[in-house]
Amino acid sequence: MSVPSQDNAARTGIFARAIIYTVLILFAIYYLLPLYVMVVNSLKPLEEIRQGNMLALPRQWTIAPWLSAWSTAQIGVTPSGLKPYFINSIMMVVPAVAISTILGALNGYVLTKWRFKGDSIVFGLMLLACFIPFQIVLIPSARILGLTGLAGSIPGLVLIHMIYGLGFTTLFFRNYYEAFPTELIRAAQIDGAGFFQIFRRILLPSSGPIIVVTVIWQFTNIWNDFLFGSSFSSVDSIPLTVALNNLVNSSTGVKEYNVHFAGAILAALPTLIVYIVSGRYFVRGLMAGAVKG
Amino acid sequence: MSFLQIDNLHKDFGATKILKGVSLEIEKGGFLVLVGPSGCGKSTLLNTIAGLEPITSGEIRINGNRVNDLHPSKRDIAMVFQSYALYPNMTVGQNIAFGMEIRGVPKAQREKAIGDVSKLLQIGHLLDRKPSQLSGGQRQRVAMGRALVRDPQVFLFDEPLSNLDAKLRIDMRTEIKRLHQRMKTTIVYVTHDQIEAMTLATKIAVLKDGYLQQFGTPAEIYNNPVNMFVADFMGSPAMNLIPATIGAEGNKLTVTLDRGERTPIVLPITVPPKDLSNFKDRRVIFGVRPEALTDPDGADRNATQLATADCHIEVVEPAGSDTFAVTALGGKQVVARLRADANILPGTTTPLAFNLSKAVFFDPDSQNRIV
Repeated sequence: MSVPSQDNAARTGIFARAIIYTVLILFAIYYLLPLYVMVVNSLKPLEEIRQGNMLALPRQWTIAPWLSAWSTAQIGVTPSGLKPYFINSIMMVVPAVAISTILGALNGYVLTKWRFKGDSIVFGLMLLACFIPFQIVLIPSARILGLTGLAGSIPGLVLIHMIYGLGFTTLFFRNYYEAFPTELIRAAQIDGAGFFQIFRRILLPSSGPIIVVTVIWQFTNIWNDFLFGSSFSSVDSIPLTVALNNLVNSSTGVKEYNVHFAGAILAALPTLIVYIVSGRYFVRGLMAGAVKG
Repeated sequence: MSFLQIDNLHKDFGATKILKGVSLEIEKGGFLVLVGPSGCGKSTLLNTIAGLEPITSGEIRINGNRVNDLHPSKRDIAMVFQSYALYPNMTVGQNIAFGMEIRGVPKAQREKAIGDVSKLLQIGHLLDRKPSQLSGGQRQRVAMGRALVRDPQVFLFDEPLSNLDAKLRIDMRTEIKRLHQRMKTTIVYVTHDQIEAMTLATKIAVLKDGYLQQFGTPAEIYNNPVNMFVADFMGSPAMNLIPATIGAEGNKLTVTLDRGERTPIVLPITVPPKDLSNFKDRRVIFGVRPEALTDPDGADRNATQLATADCHIEVVEPAGSDTFAVTALGGKQVVARLRADANILPGTTTPLAFNLSKAVFFDPDSQNRIV
């Protein structure tokens, strides 16, 4: 009689596990390598980079490339560094994220708790907005921005990003509020609370996870956007992504790779920070919406 | 004078008709229970009274005032929901006071009202907790507190006990009844549990498929069901509904219960319902509740029509307070309710007493009671 060997099973387990971990570690290195190269080279003087060996640690550590990228590097025709554009991006991202999140929450509230005839059609149309490629709306958007006098300004960019983000934020909030018990809304109605009172006092305090998801999603998308930024900005409203491109393309004789690396990290830093601070909620909120919705 | 009146109420959801002309009324201080199987429209009816669902046609009046188009908060009602619907982000105290806060009641007055209600329901020590930190029974109390604090004209309860475990449900049932006796406020209460309906109600409305089947006191509903649905739905164990034939011996009507190979049981009906003679030599449904079918020693001494017949006992189910015996009559399983210490064995034949003054007859075609 053959009894399945416990021993054997355990050994297979260890073997399989070793393979899995090896593969995972290799992939982690593979994905982290570009970041490593960027960080290491942004802390080297230019000569060290020119000698080759991108992977070596700096022999002489320096933060000069970072300072240069931030405040003195040549961007287009002005040696201003990325600082003013960083501020532009903040000025654009904060209102765009805030407004699209609030409107998305209101949309989700109405679409789930104040149903009206044709609400699913409205929701379907808003969903459709998520799937329209940016390029298609460029020319109509430009026309509208021109007509409203917002062309080339930060408010114009805010408007475009807000509208484009509305489909996603509505989707997030609708799915989240779909699972929110309707009896609570009814109880509040009997208690005499109105439309906005219910929203503010009952719904919003329970919306923490989905607000985090929406803010991260919107922040990342708007901050990283290049197409709208390059299409609809003028000299004093250029966002950071476009400025970074200009930094890399502005040549003063030598390619300052260390400054470029530092600039690229600066541009990516805010989204990284947002992820690290609230990434846990991101996953949790996405799951909540997905499973319950 | 009836306090809450519902007149010919219709409610459609699109093409689906949920309520098909319901008319009800309950006097001030009454306890109306809406009961029926799931999907019968009882919760929808309650929601229309609350104003949470608009009605298609008909009229609802509270204390003589038509409230059809009034907002829920203006109808002077309070509702306890099945899920309790406590606001998760607020403490118990804030939950109870939320309605008053919205209405702009001064803080001192709110505090006093919270104090009174929490004392009444013994939830004073819970006031600073969040709903998530409470047990099911405590949540139930808080939900009732939130309703009580409004001091409304009508309380609406939507299956408030169905999320509690069996023992707690019985405790809370008594508590609701005690509360009603003390407050004397009109209550409309939805449940699918017929025992809750029997124990709590002063009036019961039995609903099925959007139609009101019967409306009356618990005793009327229990003893004089208008049709087979009501007879079967109310009472546990359910009423035995046995196919039978009406015959005649001389000028007396009899009911014959078929028993397959055994000789049929023939029972004389001394005081038959008026229309029963129309069913002579025809099939009827003979309805007898388990407690009206018992061992001769345990039979009701005041019964005016008792008849005894030998029955073959198939299964015996002792339940502590009673013993249930299962026999077969008219091709159906029939439950008899005997004394707890009735000495009876499965597989034996024993005399059972039929209390025919409690028996009812139904027309098998229309399912209605023969009166």
